[in-house]
This record gives sequence, structure tokens and C-alpha cells, in this order.
Amino acid sequence: MPKDHGIGASSKRREDVRFLTGTGNYTDDINVYGQAYVAFVRSDVAHGRIKSVDTAEAAAMPGVLRVFTGSDFEGVGSIPCGWQVTDRHGEPMKEPAHPVLAHGKVRHVGDPIAAVVAETLQEARDAAEAVMADIEELPAVVDMKAAVASSDTLVHDDIGTNLCYDWGFVEDNREAVDKAISEAAHVTTLELVNNRLVANPMEPRVAVGSYEAAGDMSTLYTTSQNPHVIRLLMGAFVLGIPEHKLRVVAPDVGGGFGTKIFHYAEEAFCTFAARALKRPVKWTSTRSEAFMSDAHGRDHVTKIELALDKDHNFTALRTETYANMGAYLSTFAPSVPTWLHGTLMAGNYKTPLIYVNVKAVFTNTVPVDAYRGAGRPEATFQLERVVDKAARELGVDPIELRRKNFITEFPYATPVAVEYDTGDYNATMDKLIEIADLANFETRRKESEGRGKLRGLGINSYIEACGIAPSNLVGQLGARAGLYESATVRVNATGSISVMTGSHSHGQGHETAFPQVVAEMLGIPEDMVEIVHGDTANTPMGMGTYGSRSLAVGGSAMVRATEKIINKAKKIAAHLLEASEADIELKDGAFSVAGTDKSVAWGDVTLAAYVPHNYPLEDIEPGLEETAFYDPSNFTYPSGAYCCEVEVDPDTGKVDVVAFAAADDFGNVVNPMIVEGQVHGGVAQGIGQALLENCAYDETGQLLSASYMDYAMPRADNVPMVTVDHSCQTPCTHNPLGVKGCGEAGAIGSPPAVINAVIDALQSGGHTHVTHIDMPATPNRVWAAMQG
Amino acid sequence: MQMSDSREIEAPRETVWAAILNPDVLKECVPGCTELTGTPDEGFEATVVQKVGPVKATFKGQVTVSDRVEPEKVTLSGEGKGGAAGFAKGDANVRLEEIEPGRTRLHYDVEAKVGGKLAQLGSRVIDGFAKKMADQFFTRLQEAIEGPAEESEAPEAEETPGDKKKGWFKRMTGA
Repeated sequence: MPKDHGIGASSKRREDVRFLTGTGNYTDDINVYGQAYVAFVRSDVAHGRIKSVDTAEAAAMPGVLRVFTGSDFEGVGSIPCGWQVTDRHGEPMKEPAHPVLAHGKVRHVGDPIAAVVAETLQEARDAAEAVMADIEELPAVVDMKAAVASSDTLVHDDIGTNLCYDWGFVEDNREAVDKAISEAAHVTTLELVNNRLVANPMEPRVAVGSYEAAGDMSTLYTTSQNPHVIRLLMGAFVLGIPEHKLRVVAPDVGGGFGTKIFHYAEEAFCTFAARALKRPVKWTSTRSEAFMSDAHGRDHVTKIELALDKDHNFTALRTETYANMGAYLSTFAPSVPTWLHGTLMAGNYKTPLIYVNVKAVFTNTVPVDAYRGAGRPEATFQLERVVDKAARELGVDPIELRRKNFITEFPYATPVAVEYDTGDYNATMDKLIEIADLANFETRRKESEGRGKLRGLGINSYIEACGIAPSNLVGQLGARAGLYESATVRVNATGSISVMTGSHSHGQGHETAFPQVVAEMLGIPEDMVEIVHGDTANTPMGMGTYGSRSLAVGGSAMVRATEKIINKAKKIAAHLLEASEADIELKDGAFSVAGTDKSVAWGDVTLAAYVPHNYPLEDIEPGLEETAFYDPSNFTYPSGAYCCEVEVDPDTGKVDVVAFAAADDFGNVVNPMIVEGQVHGGVAQGIGQALLENCAYDETGQLLSASYMDYAMPRADNVPMVTVDHSCQTPCTHNPLGVKGCGEAGAIGSPPAVINAVIDALQSGGHTHVTHIDMPATPNRVWAAMQG
Repeated sequence: MQMSDSREIEAPRETVWAAILNPDVLKECVPGCTELTGTPDEGFEATVVQKVGPVKATFKGQVTVSDRVEPEKVTLSGEGKGGAAGFAKGDANVRLEEIEPGRTRLHYDVEAKVGGKLAQLGSRVIDGFAKKMADQFFTRLQEAIEGPAEESEAPEAEETPGDKKKGWFKRMTGA
């Protein structure tokens, strides 16, 4: 009998009522009295020297309050990068300045040159067209390898190179890996591209800056996954506003997928302009602006080599990756191809020697940063593709080759600096074989053949590291922030509870799942618990939501704070019951004295805390509110096995995903329905990357795919019903809930399963020369590959 | 994008040469051109209204004339800025070959680039658009020099039989 409340129950998402009835409160719904509107003038060349920006005509147009250019921001800080990577030689990465408005040069299509603030949006847009920027176009740096090979054209002249860093991991393993590969019985090599993606949350970014002169108080309403991080970065590094004079609010946010983690120029601009003009200033991104100003994702070019001995044991792995940083370093960009990617190259396997080289490159393109999975999809894709290719080259079953090399004993310290606490990769593989009905695949293949289609089966196993992150570890790795999380549990006088969390919900269902945990611990109904998040004014300093961290880290903080509440409430109950605190038990929302029928209800205890007429005032303070900060001691390591079945039309090359199954191990599960929804969404994004999505630039740095006419998002008919299972549970050993992150797994595990299936379909159809197809596997690419 | 083509024009090379450097002819022949002034020596200033895919814009820009070898070849280079719509620029290398006296083959190689919103929204249609623009331009140029293509039916009522159709450029210059 499934539970109907508390941990393990599929409680319905309470936030969906407002989202589905149009009563959500998104940033664009926020209008501050007297607000003006901003329109940005953006570069339409990829690279150029700004000779002049003539704002006179625009400034004279109706309704225009002021036109800002880069020179207005000379006294303002650079938009900071939150992570410093140290290169192979011990040198810090190159970290060029990132001005709020371009100054001196423009470096990508969409780089903001000027901003017009006017009474109405239309007036701002009209005047923006009248701003005359005289830009001397320069050759554009687009191709990463060419950018590193020659310094003729530099994105940032002052750093003298387009190479941000050349990272080796683990550098001490380099020679041993080279030796193992040169001596291996078999080496499988694969060169591949992990395609650049645009996150495309349904809600575009919005920023509203306002300023109250009376209290010298600035407020920024913004579409962010982490308002405290924005307050710290923007306040301390860009605008010089101390935290107590700056409030950042991220209300309902319509999807983030990583791209709303980062601190953006438009946020700093609106906050700055509101102070300068003493008027609230609002910016709402158009979809076209989103394509050229939201940080993009992925964009790696990789060569991977897997060495095996004669018994097919993996003996060594070597990779060389070019990772696109775009024109500026976005907030967490340097960490994505390094610590979120290199540390995952062991995958589920016992490979003893691993060396990962990553060259991060500046180009005249939109900055690239974390996007759902952030580094782990790139790691998983190359690893699971090369394992699949190795199985084909050796003529062995791809599942058996994986099983032979699976890690089976835990905890397991990988050669790439992380320690997996728990997992059972054979169990998820067994479960996958069952739920995907692999025993009958050949029957389905014949049925497809009867319809003239090539059916392919793609298997993938994955592990990822999430629930970021242990602060002391990431500090050593270059993070310039702690990665703990916070929670304040405020018990109100009549027993209801407000939980103020530093986590931020933008689709994850925190408002439903978090109360399930607190209600379970206290034995009270879930609807007595409300989650408050997204406002620096009423939540403790927390790091926000990304990296599948909210339940594992934020939930753990909430557990710790609730434990403090229980401890104090027991003291109050002991006083009310005239019993020893050690004898007090909390069950089903009542405190009782063990072995007696004496009890006091939750509400009586909470009322006593705030109306302390009969209260142990000499021992404890009145009130019932506790805060906890939780810093994890390790990442969590969800894992699983995925299977994709495709049908390829041999005449057109069109690929249809006809079946998809996911067997995940997320440890303990708080709300199965939400977990399944997270996997569904992740798989849909992974199918999008594998078959449809591609952010394309031409050789002059023009962005070619900047609307939904040219950028193909997955639609309902591209995604089959995904069979999901999370019954294989090896609970995390180091967080109090035993949970592992589930938000990114679907997007990490699915792309290699899809491409492995496409290759299988083509090979089974006799196209044995096709050993790889780069994503997205569009009909054009698949057809061309079939033709040889 | 690049494209090359050629056309036969029923006129001497010198006539064609004069036409392609005449601002009035250019204005008439550039699709969507609402203004065009200047001289071959100093270059031309042009205003063109065009719609590329979903993007409609007024382009203002300069056309410069280079590599002039009368009456054999010339390069026309243009760059137009369309405000929020982005920009378009391109070079046309035009070569005139005498097939026989009074007949000229006009060869052209065009290289065109677009940027900004035009590239972002219109890249899928830009090749077809550019080809259409070039086709229209050279068709109109041919018509301006030769007169409209012969219509086989329904000659206009007021047209006097025997009056040879002339392109307006020929009529104007008496060529």
C-alpha cells in the first residue's frame, strides 16, 4: 500500500494549482509604481572595435529618460566569475574583464552596447533603433582549434591568447596513461562533438531594479535560481552595494535548467539604472534576445581513447577536449568542463588509469556555462559512446562488456578524485532489462523490418556526481563560494510551520516535497507546512538550486533545523507533562511520556512556546524557530541504466524514438511522482540534444539558429512515454535523508542511449561503416552517414 | 553565400556598361530601392526596403565601385544597415563579354553576407532570398536596357504596330 502522505508519498504538487490557473507570480508580473523600461542595443557583429556610439538622436526621442553606454560603467566592477581553474602548469586561468555594457570592443552577436531607458517599452525600443554605433568589424574567432592554434585574432587583446586554460587531470597520471594505452591489447578511439545547446526555459529572463532613496535600499526582482548568489556577486563585485542595502527577489521562475544560475549584465544594469534615475527600471527579454544573451550549454569537441586488455578489462582512458567558453567567462563556466566533467570520467567502471585534458577557449560567441547536467552529460556521452564502440569492435555484447568492468564494491575511490559512497550498477542493469523487455527486442525488430524500418537498441549506464558540494573540497578546486545550504524552520504559535530555505524552486516541486519531509518528522499534516523561498529579505543566506542539490543539501539543512525544533519542543513538552525530557516521545503529532497515556498535542506545545505562561523560562528561551546550515561531506552519486529503441527510416534518415526506459538509483525517494517527472523532463531534453537541438554559428560568428524556426526543441511527438523505475535504492550514506539528486539524471543518461540506438539500427541494417554520428542525429546527417 | 550566373543582353557592351553605373538605372533595378544617389566615382547612397523571411526593414547604405575596366568588368560593393534587423553586405563582380556586335553576355559572381536578426531569423531562407534578389536585379537591368520581354498576347491598345519596343534606358539615351 503506497503511502498517502509524508516521505515516499506521491503528494500532488500544490504549486501546480497556481501555475496551471494563471495565478503564478513571475518576475514579469511584478510592476513597481513609476517604473521605466529598458531596451538594449546589441551588437549584430561577432567581433568589432567600437569607434563611437552616438546616442544624441535617441536621447532626444519621446519618452527617453537616458541612454547609457559602456562609458557610464567605467566606475563599476566587472561581472565576476565564481570559479577559478588552475591549469596543468599551476597557473591560474585567464580571466578577462566582462563589462556590463561593452566598452572598446564587442565580442559576440548580442553583446550589449547601449541601453535606452524610457517611459514606455515601445519608446525605449524605438529609441534603441536610433542609437548609432560605429563599429569596425574584426575577423571573428569561431572555431576552437583555430582559435588556439593562432593568436592572430584575439577575443581579448589584453590576455594575449584565446586559451583560457589548459587543464590536466590527473596530471600525475599522464605518463602512466600514455604508457598503458601504448601497450594495450586493444584501443578504441572516438572523436565527437557535444553540440552547443540553448537552454530555452519557457519563461525568458526578466529584471526589475528599484531604488528607495529614503532607506538607500536597492531591490532587484529577477528570474534567478539563486537570489543570494546574485546579491553577493552583484552587490560585492559589480555595483559595490552592501548586502543589507540590497534585496534580491526571485519569485516564481518558469524553468531554469542552469541558465538562470548566473549573474547577468541586465540584472546589474537595471539595479544600477534605478539608482541613477531614481526610477524603477524593467527589462523583459524577448525570445530573440534570450537566444543571444542567455548562457548556452555544452559545446565540447573531444577525442577519447579507451584501452582494454585481452580479457576486455578497461586499463586506461585518455581524453582531449576543447571546451567553448564563449566571449566572456560566465559565473560557473570554468568549472563545467573541469571539475564537473573530468571527475566523472571513471563512470561506472573500474578503469584504473585516467587522464583528462581540457582546453577552454574564448570565441566570439555567447558565453557557455552550466546547462542541465553541466559537464556530466559531456562525460557520460563520450564514455558510453566509446564503450559501445569498443563492444562492437570486439564483437562482444555491450551489456556484458559494461558488467565486466562495473565497480561492485563501495565505497570506491576513483582515479579521478571522487569517492562513490554507494551504488549497485548490476541491479539497475537487471531492472532495465526487465522493464525494457529486452528479451523480446528481436521480435520488435522484425516487426519494424516488416514496415521497412531499421530498429536499433541503445544501452547506456551512467553515474553522476551531484548534490553539490562539500565546501572545503570545492574551495580547494577553485570555487569562490561555499556550497552549503540553509533552512529556517519557523513554528508558528498555533502549530503551522513556515520553512525559509535558501534553495529555490523553478519547476522542481519544492513546495510539495519539502513539507513531506518536515511533516513526516513531526507527524503533522503536510498542509501545515509552507515553504518560503526566493527572497533574500526573508530567507537565510543560501546557495540556491542547481546541480541536483536541493533535497540532498537543502533538504538536509531542513532536517537538521527540524531536529533542533523537535529537541526544543520535547523540552517544552517535558515541562508541560512534568516528565523527564528523556522519556518524551514524538509520534503522530503528539508528545507522550513513554510507557504512559500522558500526552500533549503539537499545538499545545507550540502555543506554550509563544505564550509562555507555563514554561521553563529559566532553562530555555520562548519561541520555536531554528536555523541550520548543512554542508555535505561528499557529492551524491545517483546512477542507473537507460535503454532507447529507435526506428530509422532508411529512405529519409529520420529517427523516431519508439521506446525509452530508465532504471535509476536515487537512493531514498521522497515523492515518487515528482522524481518520475524529473526523469521524464530530463529524458526529453536528452532526446532533444541527441536528435534535434543545435545552436549554429557561421564562420563569421553570426548566430544562425536564434528562433524556434531554426532551433528545434523536442515536441510531444518526439518523445515516447518513458518507462521509469527507481526501485533500486542504495541510500546515500552521508546525508540524513539517504537521498541522491534526480534532477539532471535524465539529461545525462539519455543522449548516449539514443545515439547508441541509432548506430545499432544502421549497423543492423548493413551500414556497418557507420561507427558514429554526431548530435543532433538529424535526418540529413543519418542519411548522409548511410550513404558513406 | 555565393552565386554565379550570366545573362545575354541585346545591346552593345558600352550600353550595358553605362547602364550598370547609372544611378537611375540602379534605383530602378535594385528590388525595393526607394532612393539612390551618387556617382560611380564617389559611390552611391542607397535606401532599400526589403522583407527577408519574417524580418522587414529599411536598409541604408553605401555602394562603392572598384576594379573598373571599361567596358569589361567592375566590382560593386554594398553594405546596408537595417537597424534592429541587422545588416546585409555583399560584392558583385560583373564581367561583360561581347558575343557579337550588339550582343553582350553579362557574367556575375555575387558574394553576400547577412548579420544580426537577419541571420538569426532568416538564415534558412537567405540563400533563396539572395538568389531571388539577384535574379530580379538582372532581369530588370535587362528589361531597362532591352525593353520588357515580348508578350505574345494582348498587346496594349495604344501601341502602334511596328514601333519597336525599347528599354527606357535605351530610349532615354537614344541607343
